[in-house]
Amino acid sequence: MSDLLRLATAGSVDDGKSTLVGRLLYDTKSVLADTLDAVQRASADRGLTTPDLSLLVDGLRSEREQGITIDVAYRYFATPRRTFVLADTPGHVQYTRNTVTGASTAQLAVLLVDARRGVVEQTRRHAAVLALLGVPRLVLAVNKVDLVGYDEVVFARIAKEFAAHASALGFAEDSVVSIPVSALVGDNVVDRSASTPWYSGPTLLEHLESVPVEPDPHDAPFRFPVQYVIRPRTAEHPDYRGYAGQVAAGTVRVGDEVTVLPGGSRTTVTGIDTADGPLAEAAAGRSVTLLLAHDLDVSRGDLIAAGDAPEVVDEFTATLCWLAEKPLAPGARVLVKHGTRTVQAIVTELLSRFDEQALASTGAPDALRLNDIGQVRVRTAEPVPVDDYTRDRRTGAFLVIDAGDGGTLAAGLVGAPLPEPDAPRAQAGGVALADGRALVSPGP
Amino acid sequence: MTLALDALDRLESEAVHIFREVAGEFDRPVILFSGGKDSTLLLHLAVKAFWPAPVPFPLLHVDTGHNFDEVIRFRDEVVARHGLRLEVARVQDYLDDGRLAERPDGTRNPLQTVPLLDAITANRFDAVFGGGRRDEERARAKERIFSLRNAFGQWEPRRQRPELWNLYNGRHRAGEHVRVFPLSNWTELDVWRYIARERVELPPIYYAHRREVYLRDGMWLARGPWGGPREGEELLEKTVRYRTVGDGSCTGAVESEAADIDAVIAEVAASRLTERGATRADDRLSEAAMEDRKREGYF
Repeated sequence: MSDLLRLATAGSVDDGKSTLVGRLLYDTKSVLADTLDAVQRASADRGLTTPDLSLLVDGLRSEREQGITIDVAYRYFATPRRTFVLADTPGHVQYTRNTVTGASTAQLAVLLVDARRGVVEQTRRHAAVLALLGVPRLVLAVNKVDLVGYDEVVFARIAKEFAAHASALGFAEDSVVSIPVSALVGDNVVDRSASTPWYSGPTLLEHLESVPVEPDPHDAPFRFPVQYVIRPRTAEHPDYRGYAGQVAAGTVRVGDEVTVLPGGSRTTVTGIDTADGPLAEAAAGRSVTLLLAHDLDVSRGDLIAAGDAPEVVDEFTATLCWLAEKPLAPGARVLVKHGTRTVQAIVTELLSRFDEQALASTGAPDALRLNDIGQVRVRTAEPVPVDDYTRDRRTGAFLVIDAGDGGTLAAGLVGAPLPEPDAPRAQAGGVALADGRALVSPGP
Repeated sequence: MTLALDALDRLESEAVHIFREVAGEFDRPVILFSGGKDSTLLLHLAVKAFWPAPVPFPLLHVDTGHNFDEVIRFRDEVVARHGLRLEVARVQDYLDDGRLAERPDGTRNPLQTVPLLDAITANRFDAVFGGGRRDEERARAKERIFSLRNAFGQWEPRRQRPELWNLYNGRHRAGEHVRVFPLSNWTELDVWRYIARERVELPPIYYAHRREVYLRDGMWLARGPWGGPREGEELLEKTVRYRTVGDGSCTGAVESEAADIDAVIAEVAASRLTERGATRADDRLSEAAMEDRKREGYF
């Protein structure tokens, strides 16, 4: 079992995410005495009689003033069974942006709902974003169960509705778990609640400690974006020329035949170096330096690949999560950072937009605006070797960057078709569907 | 060696990846280096990232003038051993010519910001590596690995770039720079476990030793050129060690018998106090002390 789980939180504002994260830290004894003292003092100053656990995580001045979370924060805690890296994301206005940021590296997402309100539009939108980004596992934390009298029927209805929605988004049945919790009181977060005798599943922490983590796929085709050429030119290493990078996918062994893209020249790996000595093989996640048999022209931005090599293209379709205030219009000139290569690009066409009300894709929009998700066609000034995002989360991902001020405009996913119209939810009944909107089939 | 990476392997690989991204994308990076444990670890990782070539960056120390002799000695030894260039920006120079004034509480930590920003401007550094970790403090928990600073060196938490996958955006305009934190995802315990695994040498004051100290605001401060003990503060000899090393006027020692690395790891694992809460007076100034200093351009 992996000793590390990377997770992200998601959910609407005031669903209690910060309190849940604070509770998780507090009940796992991950909060040290001086930090707790500070929170107790600050809570007392605000006239509260019990410590406000959200103050453990809302670290910025304006967050504490307004009682909201403004930006993603990263938390670290450990139990004897596992180490956790938690991206604590805000649910406020810039929801998609923050959910995308937190979820891009997550192996599991905890989605919160308020038991009094159940699955709301934002829950469905967040689940769709998590599905799009390829987060493998979901937990629906049905929070504030104390405020619905610990009613089993309420919980069961929410869990069932969410399961149907997640299934429609493509999540496997065993990858989604619903847990009734109260972050404020501490029910079923770390300690089992006496108030939910009807619930026999794990507490949130028990689930996080035992959920299987998909290992890095060692048997996937090998992918290695070249970061930096190491040429010491020292007396000791006069002719050394190594290609430094991190294995993005798969495994490389000495003797493997590889292709250098986008050029396409073929050669053999003669050595895998690290500062601690040479390796016979290296797998996804490890930073190494490759030595190649031929003296090829290989530089930063190239991709060394083996097996089923990615296609080298100068035009491709992709889904963009638009993260900037400035809207995207067709024909926009941008920079695309894919792996270690940054190229000029034009977004030639906006093909479709994900309709947040209908939870399905619609026809071509005139622009993508802040938090919009849409499928586009991209043309690049130089050919790039891309994999489909659904096949490889690392070599299928790219950033869209503003060529003027350098800001990050969008998260890009090569291919990655938008969610299909949400048929099972419509059948479930009792759920408000934004009627009057035509469900248009997804773009190409 | 097995294919699977353990937690420390992953942290090392991530830091190495970050160093190489900066080397590939920036013109004039620099590593902030004080001789403390986090910056010593940074340098150790940088050496590994570029082996067998030398580290392609110079070092910069912002010297408050309130140093522990052992740390400065260690700093100079390490710099000489790796054949690196060390720039030193001195707070004392700014006090001497009146550009900065000594604070009433005597601490010089907040005074580092101006010499730091001047050194960045004068050397046209465009990427500045720091040893900051997100587990240190709530405002630091919000920090990106690549953190854009404006022409005034300011951190604007509301305007941070989203950081997606492990694709780091280092674009910046003339005058702006990027603070880079390769140790973002490390905890204090990770740092010590890695130091033990890699046998990284540290200044001796991180291990238990006898020292003359006096109690101020609940912290054991060492006798030194920063003015102490004051009247009514009694000098006592105690067995202590340091968990962090910064400006001597506001960095406290902890009473400890942990004389070697295994004992330190056991002590850190069992501690009920955070590193900064235990020994850093500058973070106690207000609920948002770190955030306020970061907004001004502090690291």
